[in-house]
Amino acid sequence: MKKLWFFSLLLCCLTCAHIYAADGLKVGDIAADFSLKNVDGSMISLKDYSSSKGIILIFTCNHCPFSKAYEDRIIQINKMYAEKGFPVIAINPNDEVSVPEDSYDNMKIRAKEKGFVFPYIQDATQQIAKTYGATRTPHVYVLKNNSGVFSIAYIGAIDDNHSDAENVKEKYLANAIESLMQNKPASPDFTKAIGCSIKWKK
Amino acid sequence: MLYKVQYTLLLPLLAWIFIHSAQNINAQNQGRVISFSQIDSLLHNTDDTLYVLNFWATWCKPCVEELPIFEEINAKYKNQSVKVLLISLDFIQDKEKILIPFIKKKDIQSEIVLLKAENPNEWIDKVDSEWSGALPATLLINNQKKIRKFFEKQFKHEELQDIITQLLKSEL
Repeated sequence: MKKLWFFSLLLCCLTCAHIYAADGLKVGDIAADFSLKNVDGSMISLKDYSSSKGIILIFTCNHCPFSKAYEDRIIQINKMYAEKGFPVIAINPNDEVSVPEDSYDNMKIRAKEKGFVFPYIQDATQQIAKTYGATRTPHVYVLKNNSGVFSIAYIGAIDDNHSDAENVKEKYLANAIESLMQNKPASPDFTKAIGCSIKWKK
Repeated sequence: MLYKVQYTLLLPLLAWIFIHSAQNINAQNQGRVISFSQIDSLLHNTDDTLYVLNFWATWCKPCVEELPIFEEINAKYKNQSVKVLLISLDFIQDKEKILIPFIKKKDIQSEIVLLKAENPNEWIDKVDSEWSGALPATLLINNQKKIRKFFEKQFKHEELQDIITQLLKSEL
């Protein structure tokens, strides 16, 4: 009986530890679906991408200089990989009260100015950023389609040089997608970058 | 009598020149570009100093909002073994155009360095494995006293002061 108590206690501790450690989604986890409004007014979900090999989900925004520095590279990545089955979805998680520049109307303007051909959706409740565990912009999640179920295959940076696209040495995101296209796991599957903190609602 | 008058005038004048030239030297050094290896050596320093390392940028609104808190800490512990270092992650090419004018306008007294942030993926974990890379972020470290506290957030007023007071108390 004592043993049983001990094991239930241990199990409780482990469960708590797991919940505590579960700070957003990790590589290998099932990707959470969403239904969020695109700049063209349509609603975008993972379900719409059932015929893709994967999705490049990028938490980004209008105002952050790091996001701006990567806009052209994000456009290029979509150009390169959308037709190979990995299209980009850009998602803005920032609270538009804290940062008016990141409002839905300003997203529409920015998408038009830059000529985004991929969705730029607003995570107005910030629930998707919280679920995924996004903390900064830009913050990339590559999702892999396993017969209709999307799982996380890569989390992190676009590359190793935010300020100078010409001097990039490590193309982390492109390398991850290339591996996935060959049915290999991304390596590394997790990287870090400096970015603007996501501006949470107060 | 005349000598006395001259001295009373001269001394403050000399003091004024001294203080201002010291400030100018300080101002010239503000915003100097460093590489991560210099931060890394601070992280392994065994001086009995509490380093308050704040990672920030001029364009980061929460960072700019909390700068006065670091300025207060810097002024308050000027003569104690507490060292505030503001590590800017502004773009290197923006140094003269944005960072230096910002330092001058805000008259920032804490030491500011501009980190040439090559491949952050290789050094973010060295600052702290808990850091996702979002700004602002602050590390309080004193290796000799085995103190290491990391925060990926914007401090509220008094909050950082309370933490530092506690840390300095526990040192005794």
